[in-house]
Parts: sequence; C-alpha cells; structure tokens
Amino acid sequence: MTLWRLVHRSLRQHALSTVVTAGSLMLATGLLLTVWILRNQAAQAFTDADAGFDGVLGARGSKLQLVLNAVFHLESSPGNLRWDDYVQLTNQPGVALAVPLAVGDNYRGFRLVGTLPSLFEISDEMGVARLTVQPGGRHFDPERREAVVGSFAARRLGLKVGDTFQPYHGLVFDPKARHAETFVVVGLLEPSNTPADRVLWIPLAGLQNLTGHDPAAAQDISAVLVRLDDGSPGAGFLLDLLYNRQGNRLTFAWPIAQVVTELFDRLGWLERVLTLVAWLVAVVAAASVLTGLYNSMNERRRDLAVLRALGAHRRTVLAAVVLEAGTIAALGAGAGLLAHLALMTLAAMIIQSQTGVVLDPWTLDPVLFWGPALIVLLGALAGLAPAWKAYRTDVAEALGHTA
Amino acid sequence: MKPPSPILEVTGLRKSFRGPDGQPHPVVNLPSFRLLAGEHRALSGESGCGKTTLLNLIAGLLRPDAGEVRLAGQDLSTLSEARRDRVRARTLGYVFQSFHLLPGHTCLENVLLGMAFGPGEDRARAAALLERVGLGHRLAHWPRQLSTGQQQRVAVARALANRPQLVLADEPTGNLDRVNAREVLALIRDTCREAGAALLLVSHDPEMLAGFDTVQSFHELNRPEVRT
Repeated sequence: MTLWRLVHRSLRQHALSTVVTAGSLMLATGLLLTVWILRNQAAQAFTDADAGFDGVLGARGSKLQLVLNAVFHLESSPGNLRWDDYVQLTNQPGVALAVPLAVGDNYRGFRLVGTLPSLFEISDEMGVARLTVQPGGRHFDPERREAVVGSFAARRLGLKVGDTFQPYHGLVFDPKARHAETFVVVGLLEPSNTPADRVLWIPLAGLQNLTGHDPAAAQDISAVLVRLDDGSPGAGFLLDLLYNRQGNRLTFAWPIAQVVTELFDRLGWLERVLTLVAWLVAVVAAASVLTGLYNSMNERRRDLAVLRALGAHRRTVLAAVVLEAGTIAALGAGAGLLAHLALMTLAAMIIQSQTGVVLDPWTLDPVLFWGPALIVLLGALAGLAPAWKAYRTDVAEALGHTA
Repeated sequence: MKPPSPILEVTGLRKSFRGPDGQPHPVVNLPSFRLLAGEHRALSGESGCGKTTLLNLIAGLLRPDAGEVRLAGQDLSTLSEARRDRVRARTLGYVFQSFHLLPGHTCLENVLLGMAFGPGEDRARAAALLERVGLGHRLAHWPRQLSTGQQQRVAVARALANRPQLVLADEPTGNLDRVNAREVLALIRDTCREAGAALLLVSHDPEMLAGFDTVQSFHELNRPEVRT
C-alpha cells in the first residue's frame, strides 16, 4: 500500500515526464502488436481468400500476377486466353468446375468482371454458398446487360437494385472512356469479406461485347478459375505438368494458397524492418524511462533519504523505483493496446477498401499478452539503474547533515 | 520504585570525515552518554560542531568508526543494516530542522509514512496526531499549502506516529520565527511527555533550551581532538 502510494505520488509529481515516456512506450507497443498481428492475420486472410477455387489458368506469365488479377482483383491481366483453352480445360480429368473471367473495364474505379452464373454456385466446405444475393435481388441473366454488385462496391458507389450504370474502359477510371452500353443492377451480394465484395459482376458476353473492344478478341477471356475434384488430388499435378512444363503458352497457378504464401514470403523483409523499428522504439522508450528516472534521482535524493530515516529499507527504496519504472511501462503498454486497436482498425479499413479482404482488429493473439508483458519487463529493467542509485543514497549526506 | 532504565547508552563513540586534504577529521568523540526512558534532555552547541552527526549515529544512519550505541537495549553496531532500519522504524522519531516533509504527499500521508515502516499505517491515529498538533483541519493539504510553523507541526506528528521510545530533534526551531519556535518547542515537549517518549534535542539557540531541566554543552561531552 505504502509502496504503491509512493509510486503513485511520484508519478503525479513528475506527470510530464511520465506522460511523455509512457507515450513513447505506447507507440512502441502499438507498433509492435500491429505489425505482428497484421502480418499473421493478413497472411491468413489472403491465403483463405481463394474464392473457393484451387487454381487459376491464365496467359503465360507470373503466377502471382495471375492470382492477384483473378482472385484478388488487383493488378492487370498478364494476357488473354482463347475460348478454346477454356473448353479444353473443362474436359481435363479432375476439373470439377471452371469459371471464365474477363476483365478490363471499371465503373468509377471499381472493377467490372465478366463471368458465368456458375460462379455463384461455388460453396464452401459446409455446403454454404460463398456468394449469395441479398433479398430483393437475383443473379444476372447471362444474355442481358445486368449486373450483380459486391456489397462494398455497392455501398461506395451508392448502387441499389434497379439502378443503371455505364461502364468505363480500362481498369483505371477515366471519365472520358465511358462505354455506350447501360447495365441494370439486378442484385447486391451479401458481404462475403472477400475481394468479391469490391467487384461489379456482369455476364461474360456483356463485357466481351462492349463497344470499343476489339471484335477479334471478343471470344477471349482473361483467366479461368479452376476447382478440382476433391477426390482427385493428382489433378493439380497433371494440370501443372500440362500447362507449366509441357506447354509454353499458358500458366496454371496452383495451389492458390501457396502462391499467396510466396507473396508474403517476398514481403517478409518489410515485416522484419517494421518489427525492428518497433523494437527500436521500445528500446528508445525504455532508455527514456532510464534517463528520466535516473536524472530525477538527484532531486529525489532528499525524499528517499527521508524515507530511509523513517525506517524504510534500502530494498524498499529500490523496489519503489523499479515499481515506478514498471508502472510507467505498464501505462504505456496498456495505452499501446488501445493504440494497436486503433492502428489495426485503420489498417483493416485500408486493406478492405483496397483488396476486399477483411481483417478483424478484435481477434485475440498470444502476442497481445506477451508483447505488453515484455514491454513492462523492459521498463522495469530500465528502472534498475536509477533504483541502484537510490539504493546507494547516503542518507545523512542527502539530508544535508555531515557535521 | 524501580528506577527508569536507559533508552540510550553511548560508549566510546567516534566518527571522522575525510576533509578536502584527504585526511580524517574527527567530528565526534563521545566517551559516554546516557538517556533514561522518558527523559528530556537538550544539547547545546554552535552549528557545525557535530551535534547532527551524533544524532545520525544514534539513529543508525551513520556507522561509527568505533564505539557502541545501545538503543532500547540493542547495540546498533552489531546489527545488520536491515535490522537497524527496523529498530529505527519502531523505536525512533526524528524531527529535522528543515522539516523534510515529502512534497508529493498530503499532511495525513506524511504522518502515515512515519508509521508505515514500523507498526504499520493507522489512519485514525495519524488523523488524531494531526488533530493534537492543531492541524486536524488540514489533513488533505499539501505541505506547500502550510506555513513553516505548520509544516514543522506535521513533522512533529510524523515523528510520534510510530509510538517512539526516543525522539531526536535536530534544531527543530532553526527555520521558525520566535513565536512559532516557542510554540513548536512546547508542542514537541508536551507531545513527547504525553507519549512517554524520551527527547534528545540539539540546538545552538540558548533561548530554545531554557525550558529543559537538563541542558548539556555538547563541547563538554564531545572531545573530537582527544585520541583514545
């Protein structure tokens, strides 16, 4: 009780340095937790965001570009496939479902993807449809200029069932590149927390036949999403052999999760740099705990000597200083948890708006426990040097009595 | 009737400090000194003559070069530092010239600190002590909000908080005006008498020593220049 009161009063007396030091520890904790959890969650969320497909077939090029384009609706397409390629793929053994995609147009920055209604038949392991239309809507008719809009895109664009829009050519919004055709929104998708939420889905033929597109390429498609038979694990290897090793015109990106993992492996250096920065901030903050307390020991020598004169042990004084350092660190670490929540919410919002992938800032992770505990330990350790100075205080001298 | 036992016995006590020349300069050389339980005694002597050093040696805040300090029957020189701290926390009260209140603590908390390391905190007793020294209405005030005389009253209450058997008062009126000095001195003596505590007060001010039955010249007791 006495110890806590001593610590509390000292923190209050040195409120400014307490707030500044705890603030820097808050920053360090928040950064550390966010970098750590963002890495884990993002890797997991992106790996899971395979839209229910196992692989992607596309033009010869980078597997990563193919996956980013066809699954995450980022990047441009590495090239086109012929319709025959799609037909040939559907006849391959082990292929349960193949859904062609055509990209190349947008509506106010949100990507239009031409596809077949079979895309909406994809269900997860539990048999639940991955993409379902909200009540009051329906899937598009492949023969008409109709659209089903992802939930995020609909919210951002303010589209609802019955609205019409005219697409713009290209993946980047250019007001001067508007197509003449008008599409009607016939359905809005329920939020799926996947990149599909950011897309305006239209019939494949609708996109292929937009005015201004090359008629010679009207039958071309951008990629094919491939679902393999569950009972045919060798199918992926066979397709890999067929397209990637024997052929030289197409690329089969499979499995999608592995391609995404490679992406995160490539970004590993960034995560390591951010983690290093977070630890550096933590060390600098701990150093400020040390210097702040160490310097304040001179002005507090008399108070510490008074405590000793009243019967406090040296170790009581030492404990009070270490506890004070630990408390500053605990305040910083506690505030750091809140800072992490704020940073994580912000990061999740940005990632969702850019990719459609949803991260949950409230997800529990072991680092939320050991991270702040490590910061508190670091702070308490930083308190040892000033505590030692307090421990060695010459009471008689500090009280001003030597003669 | 059984004669009162000594609360303090000092024998052959010596203490030197190194000067700027690196040579030891004897400050205290006290062949013998006794104080009985409940006795009030004053030591007179000019500033810098070693009175404070003697009090610090008695309180166990300084280690003597030689000699023995027996406080409440225990020889401090044979005790570990932690045991000396404990004896000080349970047996001694200390009133300083500069009050030495902790500025970040209220009056009540300062008095609580006087008992925290000994018998343990007792808020009711702390409040009663402040009431006794005339500051019952200032429990939650900070030291900076009090006059110097009031601050020294809080220090007196703190010195008595642990029910000490001996109170050491080091120039307790040195920073006070005459009126306050007389009041505080009377307060120290009265409260010590009420608590049954012995009082050893050192001062250079003859007027402050006038009320004591026994006033000794520190010069007559202390012979720093004599080598034994």
